[in-house]
Amino acid sequence: MSSVAASPAVPAPGGAGGLSFKRPSTLTAYRWELRKLISQKRTYMGLGLAVILPIVFVVFQNVHQRHDHGGNNPFARQITQSGLATPVLMLLFLSVFMLPLIAALVAGDIVAAEDGNGTLKTILTRSVDRGQVFAAKALAAVTYATIAVFLSAAVATVGGVASWGFNQITTYSGTVVSAPEGLLLVFAANACYLIPLLTVASIGVLLSTVTRNSAAAVVGTVGIVILLFIVGQIPGLEGIKPYLLTEQFENWHGLLRTPTDWAPIWHSLWLCALYAVPALFAGYLVFLRRDVAGG
Amino acid sequence: MTEAPPVKARGLVKRYDEVVAVDHIDLNVQVGDVYGFLGPNGAGKTTTLRMALGLIMPTEGTVELFGRDPLREGARALEGVAGFVEAPRFYPYLTGRKNLELLAALDGDGANERIDEVLQIVELSPRGGHRVGGYSHGMRQRLGIAAALLRKPRLLILDEPATGLDPAGMRDMRLLIRRLADEGITVLLSSHQLPEVQELCDRVAIVDRGRVVYEGALADLRRQGGAGYRLRSTDDTRALAIARAQAGVEHVIGTPPTPHGLSFQADEQHVGALSLALGAAGVGILALTPELATLEDLFFRLTETNGAAGSEQAGADGREDPTERLAQAS
Repeated sequence: MSSVAASPAVPAPGGAGGLSFKRPSTLTAYRWELRKLISQKRTYMGLGLAVILPIVFVVFQNVHQRHDHGGNNPFARQITQSGLATPVLMLLFLSVFMLPLIAALVAGDIVAAEDGNGTLKTILTRSVDRGQVFAAKALAAVTYATIAVFLSAAVATVGGVASWGFNQITTYSGTVVSAPEGLLLVFAANACYLIPLLTVASIGVLLSTVTRNSAAAVVGTVGIVILLFIVGQIPGLEGIKPYLLTEQFENWHGLLRTPTDWAPIWHSLWLCALYAVPALFAGYLVFLRRDVAGG
Repeated sequence: MTEAPPVKARGLVKRYDEVVAVDHIDLNVQVGDVYGFLGPNGAGKTTTLRMALGLIMPTEGTVELFGRDPLREGARALEGVAGFVEAPRFYPYLTGRKNLELLAALDGDGANERIDEVLQIVELSPRGGHRVGGYSHGMRQRLGIAAALLRKPRLLILDEPATGLDPAGMRDMRLLIRRLADEGITVLLSSHQLPEVQELCDRVAIVDRGRVVYEGALADLRRQGGAGYRLRSTDDTRALAIARAQAGVEHVIGTPPTPHGLSFQADEQHVGALSLALGAAGVGILALTPELATLEDLFFRLTETNGAAGSEQAGADGREDPTERLAQAS
């Protein structure tokens, strides 16, 4: 900067009051949240887990070539008969802990990391409102969780079909469905699972906003999932079990029955809303009112 | 219609439990000012700037930027306002240019088209494609200025912009700020680097322990600090006695024999009378030179008097009388 005096003229100061000024949209802020996620290594840790675990599962099954899986689970019994059983089993395995962990990794970090690094004050002194920034961050966390779920499902489906074929499959109710219909059901099951998973992400965003500490928010989010899971296992508490968030992780089972059992899906929809909406609203209020002095 | 002042703060208070970080601060930054915001570390400067930018909520009081309250109007109140509080922060995993692209996207108003221009102004064009994680402190400070310029600001708020820079970097930062001010940008410069403020600023506020102890023109402050003179004579001992006896000559200091002579405060009329008195007494004047108090002298006089005395001097509005404080300290 030694030749400052010879540098080009500075941009002329803006007009009075910015009356014709068009503010950036929340969509713009959201796009940049995604670009920030794409540029960070930790983003790929979670997605890597979502990819690697189905691959490990498929490889393991190919090596062992077992045909007597799973006792009561009809999809486990079909593992080598239809590739479409693999994504269903993977969703069953990953839905309880691993996918919530992956969702929490980003959701718990998305506000707290910026607070700790001081970049929150950088973006909050631009032309977007706090509400827009919060919405963009919450949407980015939700998008990430969605991508993780469908990426895992896609890898499991490709691996399963490549290993055991694109064949018809028998559902929980014993009905045989064609391969294309089975594929559609796999997609729908993952979409239904997003209902509780996005609720976990919402709780992660709340904790990220409140704690201002990434590790605390991620651990806290996973801790809540584990706690609710344990509560669901305690004898004598069966009455509250349908209202636990972790019980909703199995809401998609109703899709794999004939006729389709929509009740658990509708139940999880309103119940998860009871968890997610207050969490997001509380996070939003805290974010609007908080002092930003980090970094 | 008269334009609202760039910064108008009234009765700003920020408390953290029992600690009062900012205690009823008023600020008046006018269009075209290069306004120095001075104070020792922990005096409340950064907290005040954070409240001005809407980053933290005041416990009491209001602050308006061009007539708009950031707390009520959010980002709209920051239109035409840019700057940074403490060190500017960026995403280390993005390049300098990508950081600016992100901020330009959050600014709108064609800011994206100014990226090359502002990188050139702060002479970061060659490093724009490198990740900020590898930038030196000085480069980050310059990127902070570039990010501020993207917004075409009418008010630039800079918090210790030269901190951590080497002497050449500090000089360049001063030149840049001067140039921005010459382009018509109002600058609110928080600093504890007194030479920087003395060189750049025309108006100042000095804060101490969360309170404003002086606000006004720098020249007025220096006048209030007293017009001092230094006298060297053929007989400093007699000169000391004559000066102390002379009406209108005050604060005579000196212990002859000393190569620096005496120092005293007086207006020009009384200086004339003293020189005649010295001549009549047969004391030759070797040198009689006016000495204006430096900003550093005044700053320490205002901020190093003890807190109890400061409290006693506080007026009904909570603001202290700087003249009394300066007189007491001198």
